[in-house]
Amino acid sequence: MKNVAYINRPNRPLFIYAILFLIFLYLPILFLPLFSFNEAIYIAFPIENWTLQWYRDMFNNEPMIAALLNSIKVGVVASVASTFLGVFGAKAVTRYHIPGRAPIVSVIMAPLVIPGIILGVALLILINRIGVPLSLYTITLGHILVCVPFSMATLMTRFEGFDKSFEEASADLGENAWWTFWRVTIPIVFPGIVASLLLCFIISFDEFILAFFLGGTDPTLPLFIWGQLRFPNRLPSVLALATCILVLSLVVVVISQYLVKREPDSDTP
Amino acid sequence: MTTASNFISIEGVSKTFGSIVAVDNVNIEISAGEFFSLLGPSGCGKTTLLRMLAGFESPSSGEIYIDGKAMSEIPPHQRPTNMVFQNYAIFPHLDVASNIAYGLRKDKLGKVEQNRLVKEALEMVKLPGYGKRRSNELSGGQLQRVALARALIKRPKVLLLDEPLGALDKKLREKMQFELRELQETVGITFIFVTHDQEEALTLSDRVAVMARGDVLQMDSPKQLYNHPVNVEVADFIGQMNFFDARVNSLQGEFAHLDTDVLGQIKLSNEDNQLHQDDQLILALRPEKIRLMNERTEVENTVKGRLNTSAYFGDRSHYYVSVEGIDKPIAVSGHDSKFTSDHNFERGSEVWLSWNENSLIVLPTN
Repeated sequence: MKNVAYINRPNRPLFIYAILFLIFLYLPILFLPLFSFNEAIYIAFPIENWTLQWYRDMFNNEPMIAALLNSIKVGVVASVASTFLGVFGAKAVTRYHIPGRAPIVSVIMAPLVIPGIILGVALLILINRIGVPLSLYTITLGHILVCVPFSMATLMTRFEGFDKSFEEASADLGENAWWTFWRVTIPIVFPGIVASLLLCFIISFDEFILAFFLGGTDPTLPLFIWGQLRFPNRLPSVLALATCILVLSLVVVVISQYLVKREPDSDTP
Repeated sequence: MTTASNFISIEGVSKTFGSIVAVDNVNIEISAGEFFSLLGPSGCGKTTLLRMLAGFESPSSGEIYIDGKAMSEIPPHQRPTNMVFQNYAIFPHLDVASNIAYGLRKDKLGKVEQNRLVKEALEMVKLPGYGKRRSNELSGGQLQRVALARALIKRPKVLLLDEPLGALDKKLREKMQFELRELQETVGITFIFVTHDQEEALTLSDRVAVMARGDVLQMDSPKQLYNHPVNVEVADFIGQMNFFDARVNSLQGEFAHLDTDVLGQIKLSNEDNQLHQDDQLILALRPEKIRLMNERTEVENTVKGRLNTSAYFGDRSHYYVSVEGIDKPIAVSGHDSKFTSDHNFERGSEVWLSWNENSLIVLPTN
């Protein structure tokens, strides 16, 4: 107890609370990897035999691989497009004196709080009206809509964190707005761009509701998994797949958070 | 046409932000090769004026000419000015050499030529061999040198400096002041220097414009500013000053007799006939122009007081002496050799102040 600052003194009740909190958050999720190694088809304790069979099956499941590739395609396009929009949007709202800046930001951020089902129905009606057939393209459009706010939020912190005198210094040294953007702005916000790409990809990758409403005959991975749940004997390989996705998502989110949190001034790209 | 004396000409420049007038109809002419300072408290408009010279702000009215060319339509990247920013703005994603070479892209120099220029610039600011460092590996003083090198490698007609020494500690600041002045004399570029530190402005500049509330109060050489301030505000801002109320009692040929609140009867020269009967005036007297004595040794120009507090600065001391008739104690400063060796000034002791009437500065009442 001695030699410890007052503010850093250990607090047992808080510690217990934190443990309970983490259990509540992660215990359900941990069942997925656990049962993905279970030889029995049914999810029940005790687990009698351990196996990697479901992981082997996964790689031979062609419709699943196709769905995975669909999801990757949609995710890559959606994340690149929304990050592209996010960069310019974030620069605009943080750098220029725009009349009505606050309402504009709220409108851009609105998809964050609008329930997915409402967005899904609204987009479905709109797309039907226009007469565009439902496909991976329509899913991608929907995903861009939900990803842009995340991209904006990620990049706005980055833009706000860097001193506008860097851009002034560039202008002062003879570069116009275009060259300043490429030589100073982009390199300095680069970690934010990477973070936005990763975050948007993950959001698109596991988005279900919009994909459900806007999808055509080609399913994305979440749609495929949803379809598999009707067949009990396919459940274990879904669990195996879910485990892989879980690990991958975790890695990507950790990397993107790390990139966002880094001080703009200590960058070495 | 420009002559040497109006190389930069700021003509009737104002800048308003909404209802706030940051710069109010300022007229300044600056010669080529001059070290010119804009001095004033924060919010006086000095930085806004500098940013208008760089092109980051545009004047609400008036025009700035540099080397005979009107600047209002010229964007920052095409101006013959370069700036050293207050926080230096060294690009964090580039190393020192790339920072310094940043402005050379359009010159399309070969790699060899560019490296030579960067090396020269680094030597000029006394940072040889620092090319590969990053901004987060440099100290404040080193960052400032990099910022200087980066701006000067462009060979600007005018170098703008926005409080570049503000972030440095006292010792380093004094060293950099000296180097800055030396550098300016070597490169012969016009320097416009913004500062709130009056000592710094006096030390460095050929001329200083003292600003307050967007106005230029006085524009003069450091000596003139110190010895002949034009009003109470300037006198108060530059160095330390004692002020006394006075009234012209009578005029007698070349002399004027003044009644003062605490200094008694004062006889001043009135050769230029600036003083008139019954004029209300303010007399200003520098602390170092006052002598402090234990006993009365003079007959004229002397007043009795009580030593209130003293502050020891090593090379000199400040004394504050309460005198009957005014609330604010009179400040006296002196080098210690002269003072403490033959005198013993104890707090609360009775002392005599004396001065030479030529040291009194006559200022108008506001």
